[in-house]
Amino acid sequence: MSIPHCLVHSPKDTVGVVVVEGLTAGTDMLCLITENDTTFRLKARMDIPIGHKVALSNVKKGDTIWKYGEDIGRAIADIKKGEHLHVQNVKTKRW
Amino acid sequence: MAKGTKKASRTVFADPEKGSGKGTGKAKAAAKGVNAKAAKAGKGKAAKPARAAHRPAAPDIVVEAKSLAGGKLTFKGWRRENGRVGVRNHVLILPLDDLSNSVCEAVAHNVKGTLAIPHAYGRLQFGEDLELHFRTLIGTGSNPNVAAVVVVGIEDGWTGRVVDGIAKTGKPVVGFGIEGHGDIATIARASYEAKKMVQWATELQREECDISELWVSTKCGESDTTTGLSSCPTVGNMYDKLIPRGVTGVFGETSEITGAEHLCKARAATPKVAEKWYAMWKAYQEDVIEAHKTDDLSDSQPTKGNIAGGLTTIEEKALGNLEKIGRNSKFIDALQPAETPAKGPGLYYMDTSSAAAECVTLMAAGGYVVHTFPTGQGNVIGNPIVPVIKISGNPKTIRTMGEHIDVDVSGILRREMTISQAGDALIDMIVRTSNGRLTAAEALGHREFSMTKLYRSA
Repeated sequence: MSIPHCLVHSPKDTVGVVVVEGLTAGTDMLCLITENDTTFRLKARMDIPIGHKVALSNVKKGDTIWKYGEDIGRAIADIKKGEHLHVQNVKTKRW
Repeated sequence: MAKGTKKASRTVFADPEKGSGKGTGKAKAAAKGVNAKAAKAGKGKAAKPARAAHRPAAPDIVVEAKSLAGGKLTFKGWRRENGRVGVRNHVLILPLDDLSNSVCEAVAHNVKGTLAIPHAYGRLQFGEDLELHFRTLIGTGSNPNVAAVVVVGIEDGWTGRVVDGIAKTGKPVVGFGIEGHGDIATIARASYEAKKMVQWATELQREECDISELWVSTKCGESDTTTGLSSCPTVGNMYDKLIPRGVTGVFGETSEITGAEHLCKARAATPKVAEKWYAMWKAYQEDVIEAHKTDDLSDSQPTKGNIAGGLTTIEEKALGNLEKIGRNSKFIDALQPAETPAKGPGLYYMDTSSAAAECVTLMAAGGYVVHTFPTGQGNVIGNPIVPVIKISGNPKTIRTMGEHIDVDVSGILRREMTISQAGDALIDMIVRTSNGRLTAAEALGHREFSMTKLYRSA
């Protein structure tokens, strides 16, 4: 298999992690769900640095973000599928 | 104190040269061993050549666990007087307090092969904070990676308490108070003893030990999303393979379980341990975070480095962190900071800070002899007495600061390496490190020794 651009922990997740350097907007990403080894494709809407997350579906402000099949926080803005998802649009539910 | 004789000046050291007691016999036997082994070594296999010069920053990449292939897994360590096994053979010059750092550093300068570990505290502490200070110093001196200890304090009382605590292991330990003597005379007296100790310790020989005698700790640092995908599950896979073989493990980082506390609690071996752990976690939330925070903790936990690496929230960081304990092991006790495990082999939790040096210092004081440290963005930490093995899966970190990484698992992100292969590579590196290979942190001189302070001194 060719090298994936993006890894997803669980089928339940709404985010994936970019695992290649220099990913640019418009890239047709090969995404792989590590839990069940299935793949899908997703178009990146932005340049996303290695290690940063991409939204796998459209997210509404207030929605819970899922990673590892678990709750990792809430969206503080609407996020489109393929967009960079990080501290500018997601916040902890703790502290 | 099996090997030592306690003198009035709190010397607990059998002088190998004067020849009174068991120490002498052992030293002579060790001397013979050295000669025999040295002769053999001359004829034996040549040293492995260094890696090619055109790959200066490349870490060692091992994808097959040679050490697992034969079934039985062993390493060569130093068996100490109390039966525990160490993988390093330090003679420590241990300051009781900040005031004694100068003397300790001077002694370590005078006597080659000794190691001073200066730190910032030890005066006017009280209550639980003072108990933790003693537990950390006594635990550090008692660690099986330490052959012998010179303790120096400003006064005799507390110095003696540390000496007595370390002496329970049976290893040579001697203490000196500065008051009434001054620095210069103390340096001289301590240097004479340190020289005897280092000459005695350097004749001690390694022996073959089963892997079950190894105590392996873990804590990650400068985490990013790659740690949760690769380096933390690598450590988890190692524990899944080694805990059933009788290894004693530990994880901690109380604040950094936040968001994954339900998963962590479920990994306690019994409901009693689960409640003990949960009380520990909740106490930190209430007594420390809620009591002291001036804002939310989003700028501290995750750290700026974590955020640069792509981690967004503490929940996300905690879930990646918890990957270090693997899939199968349950933790059998929740330890106080620097507490020595007492329930036999297995996985333990220790109540620690998530700050790298503080955490590793506490685990070393608990008696762990090898540390496994997953990093994403590239934490450079080491410890004075415990080899810290760094594992990274971030290809950018491997490329830009590979000299700090001992095990490269970036192949996991490219799907060129499985988690199980990475676990095997880590086990190989643990065995090689235990046998004497210096870690990146040791070779680069990282000796971070950071005491945990619970509250202001009186």
